[in-house]
Amino acid sequence: MAAPGVTTLTDVDTGRVPPALRGLLPVLIAVPVLALAEVLLGSSPFATYLLSVVGVNIILAVSLNIVNGMTGQFSIGHAGFMAVGAYIAGVTSLELKEVALSFLPVAASDQVLFTVALLAGGTCAALCGFLVGLPSLRLRGDYLAIVTLGFGEIIRVVVQNTEAFGRALGLSGIPQYSSVAMVYFWVFLVVLVARRIAGSSHGRSLWAIREDEVAAEAMGVDTTGYKVRAFVISSFFAGIAGGLFAHFVPIINPGSFTFVKSMEVVVMVVLGGLGSSTGAIVAAIFLTLLPEGLRSLFGALGAEGSLAQKVDQIRMPVYGLLLVVLMLARPQGLFGTKELWDVLPRWLPRKKKGLS
Amino acid sequence: MSEPVKVLGERRAFDPLLKVDGIQVRYGAIQALRGVSLTVGKGEMVALIGANGAGKTSTLRAVSGMLKPSAGRITLAGQDITGLKAHQLVPRGMAHAPEGRGIFPNLTVFENLELGAYLRKDTAQVRLDMDKGFSLFPVLRERQRQLAGTLSGGEQQMLAIARALLSKPQLLLLDEPSLGLAPQVTETIFRTLREVNATGVSVLLVEQNAHLALNAAHYGYVLETGEVVMAGPGKALLDSAEIRRAYLGE
Repeated sequence: MAAPGVTTLTDVDTGRVPPALRGLLPVLIAVPVLALAEVLLGSSPFATYLLSVVGVNIILAVSLNIVNGMTGQFSIGHAGFMAVGAYIAGVTSLELKEVALSFLPVAASDQVLFTVALLAGGTCAALCGFLVGLPSLRLRGDYLAIVTLGFGEIIRVVVQNTEAFGRALGLSGIPQYSSVAMVYFWVFLVVLVARRIAGSSHGRSLWAIREDEVAAEAMGVDTTGYKVRAFVISSFFAGIAGGLFAHFVPIINPGSFTFVKSMEVVVMVVLGGLGSSTGAIVAAIFLTLLPEGLRSLFGALGAEGSLAQKVDQIRMPVYGLLLVVLMLARPQGLFGTKELWDVLPRWLPRKKKGLS
Repeated sequence: MSEPVKVLGERRAFDPLLKVDGIQVRYGAIQALRGVSLTVGKGEMVALIGANGAGKTSTLRAVSGMLKPSAGRITLAGQDITGLKAHQLVPRGMAHAPEGRGIFPNLTVFENLELGAYLRKDTAQVRLDMDKGFSLFPVLRERQRQLAGTLSGGEQQMLAIARALLSKPQLLLLDEPSLGLAPQVTETIFRTLREVNATGVSVLLVEQNAHLALNAAHYGYVLETGEVVMAGPGKALLDSAEIRRAYLGE
């Protein structure tokens, strides 16, 4: 536990949940909730799509927050890792399309293959993260930003010129295996991982690096090692987000993974508060639903029909404006480094650490 | 390399802990250290003085593994540690309180101290050592739940020292502990440093305030443009006409 006065979920649970169950409990709660959501949403393709997009953006924001928020590095190429995951998972699924695991029912077999494809995408993205991170994270300062910016562009250009990835036309016909339950299962996983990191000594090292890298080094923190590890974990989940994305949109093309997408994720993290996982979640939900909300609002007004179509185009200026206002009014982001439960009024008394 | 080191007086007998042998450090084309050699004995307090840009901080950073020397050898308790990284040296008993204090401003005093014991697993003993730290600097005990960034400069320096001590070092490296502090506060800090030193922790101290440093230290080295030009017991250096003219403004 590193942030001032932060109480982690696990701390609150301590004492009331038997230790053996502590790791398992979130899973036991999550699975039936996700199953229920899947049943309720089965009839509405639009809600399913929207919720999936929100979920993917949450995964991107929470995973980027591990690097940009917790570790204080600045990566602006998250869409590049997402693209790696999307294309690798997409191609894997296309290759395995005709394969079915004979000992399983078709639906279950599909989900197994889907998971294999996702893991392939995530692993490749993590590998890219390692290759990009190792040289650039040995240095301090802005080098990571420059390198990740370049990496994102390189991936896009490579995809655009590779026959196997469908060039600029994109990849279509990827089996639509994804479901709200699957997306939110990964949302749940990334949040779990992020919170576990924050509460561990690993997270403490990341905080130290964020606060003062020289001092962290003097304390005996292997700064390069921790930065690279955080970056690899973050890249892995970006790849997973890409893989999920590839399995619920009809077509993926390089246009989905531009610098604009990377900036979108950065805006989410900054808006939510650098270092706050729940902040990243809230901001991701808000910024994903904002254009949709504006669209239906303008649609309802009727007369402004043409404006409704322009919402997508005015999104970036709105983001820019939002960031400027935020930096002026609340430079630490919505939640700062705190989590949602630190900001809300508290029912449980909290103990502050110290020696008497 | 160049003119021999001028040695004043006799050094008292000692058992060497840190041996620095002819280290050189380069920043690109600029050579910051041109072969610096020095020793720190077990239980000794050694001061490194010199003007701005003489290479004091570079020497300290090379010793603590934050810089890699391009030539030369460093040994700690007989083991070659040249080129090892800082995180490999902390478990071997080296603690560095970097220049400008390097505390974590957004963490509480207590959390800062916890990070000082970052590599230690003996939680119960850490508590006892923290308590010891609080006895050295009572003001920190009062302020343990406060954000470290809200402490005064002197208190931050105390925190940096207390935190460095929590890794249980054999050798404590201090970079400019008097930087930007009121004379009274500096005095408190140096008094405590002598207390710490008396418990057997060796100290290598970099200071611009030559008077203060040489008064406290058993032995001193004078650095000039990346080389040791003079060495001797603290008192002997203080009495030397050259030092008085160059560093004490007399």
